[in-house]
Amino acid sequence: MSLTTSASAPADTFPRLLLQHASQRPDAPALREKYLGIWQTWSWRDTASEVRAMALGLAALGFKRGENLAIIGDNRPQLYMAFAAAQSLGGVAVPMYQDAVAAEMTFVLENAAIRFAIVEDQEQVDKLLEARDTLPQIEHIIFADPRGMRNYNAPGLMSLEALRAKGDEFDAAHPDFFDAEVAQGRAHDVSVMLYTSGTTGKPKGVCQTHHAFITAAQGGVQFDHLVATDNVLSYLPMAWVGDHLFSYAQFLVAGFTVNCPESAETVMTDLREIGPTYYFAPPRVFESVLTNVTIRMEDASRIKRWLYDSFMAIAKRSGADIMDGKPVSAKDRLLYSLGNVLVYGPLKNTLGMSRIRVAYTAGAAIGPDLFRFYRCIGINLKQLYGSTETCAYVCLQPDGQIKFDSVGTAAPGVEVKLADNGEVMVRGAMVLKEYYKRPDATAESIDANGYFHTGDAGVFDSEGHLRIIDRAKDVGHLSTGAMFAPNYIENKLKFFSHIKEAVCFGHDKDNVTAFINIDLTAVGNWAERRNLVYSGYIDLAGKDEVYALIKECVESVNAELATEGELSHSQIARFLILHKELDPDDDEMTRTRKVRRGFVAEKYSALLDGLYGGKSVQHIDTKVKFEDGRSGSIAADVKLSDAKRFPAVTRAAA
Amino acid sequence: MSGNVGSERKIGDVILKVDNISLRFGGVKALTDISFDVREHEIRAIIGPNGAGKSSMLNVINGVYTPQEGTITFHGEVRKDMDTHQAAENGIARTFQNIALFTGMTVLDNIMTGRNLKIKSSFIEQAFWFGRARREEIENRKKVEEIIDFLQLQSVRKTPVARLPYGIKKRVELARALAAEPTMLLLDEPMAGMNVEEKQDMCRFVLDTNDQFGTTIVLIEHDMGVVMDISDRVVVLDYGKKIGDGTPDEVRNNPDVIKAYLGAH
Repeated sequence: MSLTTSASAPADTFPRLLLQHASQRPDAPALREKYLGIWQTWSWRDTASEVRAMALGLAALGFKRGENLAIIGDNRPQLYMAFAAAQSLGGVAVPMYQDAVAAEMTFVLENAAIRFAIVEDQEQVDKLLEARDTLPQIEHIIFADPRGMRNYNAPGLMSLEALRAKGDEFDAAHPDFFDAEVAQGRAHDVSVMLYTSGTTGKPKGVCQTHHAFITAAQGGVQFDHLVATDNVLSYLPMAWVGDHLFSYAQFLVAGFTVNCPESAETVMTDLREIGPTYYFAPPRVFESVLTNVTIRMEDASRIKRWLYDSFMAIAKRSGADIMDGKPVSAKDRLLYSLGNVLVYGPLKNTLGMSRIRVAYTAGAAIGPDLFRFYRCIGINLKQLYGSTETCAYVCLQPDGQIKFDSVGTAAPGVEVKLADNGEVMVRGAMVLKEYYKRPDATAESIDANGYFHTGDAGVFDSEGHLRIIDRAKDVGHLSTGAMFAPNYIENKLKFFSHIKEAVCFGHDKDNVTAFINIDLTAVGNWAERRNLVYSGYIDLAGKDEVYALIKECVESVNAELATEGELSHSQIARFLILHKELDPDDDEMTRTRKVRRGFVAEKYSALLDGLYGGKSVQHIDTKVKFEDGRSGSIAADVKLSDAKRFPAVTRAAA
Repeated sequence: MSGNVGSERKIGDVILKVDNISLRFGGVKALTDISFDVREHEIRAIIGPNGAGKSSMLNVINGVYTPQEGTITFHGEVRKDMDTHQAAENGIARTFQNIALFTGMTVLDNIMTGRNLKIKSSFIEQAFWFGRARREEIENRKKVEEIIDFLQLQSVRKTPVARLPYGIKKRVELARALAAEPTMLLLDEPMAGMNVEEKQDMCRFVLDTNDQFGTTIVLIEHDMGVVMDISDRVVVLDYGKKIGDGTPDEVRNNPDVIKAYLGAH
């Protein structure tokens, strides 16, 4: 089987990059997956030949150039190969969120006119068969894992193995077909379509070209000096732009190894076994790791706790400066290296972070304490800024210039400027080609000069670092006319480990109110240590002691806001702790766990009216959806509480 | 669902038949004149109110109790009673109503104990990790890993059983029983004390086991919904006597069963 691409075509598409790696370093590991307790490896040669078979199987079934291929499932090597297989034939990969229910998938399946889908397992097949009742266009469903599929005989259903066999057959009859198809690919062809999470309205398909993602990946690879020997662990949804950039685009550009965990529940163990050198996670992952560490340290013996506390104090004082190469006293340096042997090193090892050279976080604001914790124990955690429309590539924090409240400077090859209303606008190769079948939306977001309007409001600080405040459209005004940036306040609340989610309201109102979700792990542990008995989330959320705890958090946010000029008017006047956790299954959040503020306000309007009506208790009956699709309801009397506000303080001129 | 036309597994011939079984403990009649059969590859449920003799029946089948009267025919061989070792060697495995795992050992080690009968190497060979012992350990570990994958226990592989929640412990017990590669699996209330979600998971695993490995399953269960959903045929016991036998629909409409078990309607 020939694995070389025609010499004339440059490696400017993903399939050609794959073939280049396969011919230059055929035996280097490309993909790994843990199966039956053992890490299995696909070399670049294996990967290329499986992609070839898969692509030709699709071709034999009638997959056409420009057609969309749905890819649904957890991060699996075969599914990453499916991206390349579709692209080899000039097709477009359309990854979809694997935890979405069938009804949510219907829109994308219909919008993208899906005829072919490659999915992980029975669970996804069931959903597609259900969707097919209303969408007969879905012709071919190909599944990677045959477990439980023996008795399925729906038309068009086929295992990946059978598809590859079909591909091999086709290859024997048309030996030059694959290379010719790959050679026909153009850098400016659309390679992938990622659907935006749809915080407002229906999801939109963002069309990105090979050129856009390859440029973004090259920028990142150069910026952080990524090399072929790097290792990443891929566990974030494949439908998310971040995963596509890190585990697909950069994987093919830099040629490093992508490792797929055994299952979603084993990520922490797998992380430790792989010891990635390059790591990407949204803040909530870093947060839950830190929460676990904190809880375990609280339960540890007194000597260990003392050791941990005293060395963490040293790390907080000097750790980040040592990493950034700033001057630190010899004594602190000595203490820090002692701490590295006794505390930080073993801790990083336990977390599977010993080998990390670069770690990124994005997607939401990260708390200063959280950010400092990782940096001070010597993990080079940085922030980036980007979106689906910009290949997750706009701003990056350069090594040594890290600030927790900014997202860094414009990445290589990207132009960033601010509109008059503070909206961030960007221009560069990584900007989307268009929204799929939505010329109106495309025209609205890309202006005549080629700038993409991100919809985020931001400011540049004195050193040229961009600071994102809120969604431009979310920035509202209180009835007094004062500016109200809900996200900004919510993030401040969420920085407390006891608060998992917060939703603030205040646009066109006299003052600001907030809905709070407590963090069951953190508050549960807090309650246990106080011998506070509770039966579950609802019970715990309604406890007076917990209200007192959250009130403290809210009031300290108020105290902080009081020092921030115009924002001092948006101190939280009243709050409540919701009786249920906000959940994407109930449409309260997007699949990427961003709160849909408008939806929440409408669904819990009784509670919101209660807050503004000055009541102290409000009854509410809420419908909930279980994971299997059935629904039930939760009724509760939710307490509404006041919070102390502080007079505005003007900061003394420094 | 449009694509799934239901299971195509073939229910075969009778592999286990009990005839006129009576079991007494002193003056207490636990079972009186019970006869029924189990066919290959089927899911056979035994139901009945508390104290009806369900667990006793299971204990007779795998040889814990010796009945005073009656015969057991297993794979064509007629016996007066079963011996627990014989039962295991003949491919009968079971789980217990009250979880019986080694709580200090990991999930992996607990499941490995289910491979006990498959290990042929001697104590000395095992002590020195030598030749056959090594080969066997690798084979057995592979089989165990397949079961871990099948029952989705990867995330607790190395966790001591004592630290696991109840529903997972039940699953580990099933895993250990499966490790023996049984042809017949006796499940004593596999879903007792579980919440709805855990029950659904367990149902799926029982059905998958039956479907994937063709294992014949005899189960005792209290949850009528579960029984009616997953069994092919149901035996109903009351005060040690058989009062009904047939498909779930037949049993549901049997007036004696309605009176004794479901309450008079």
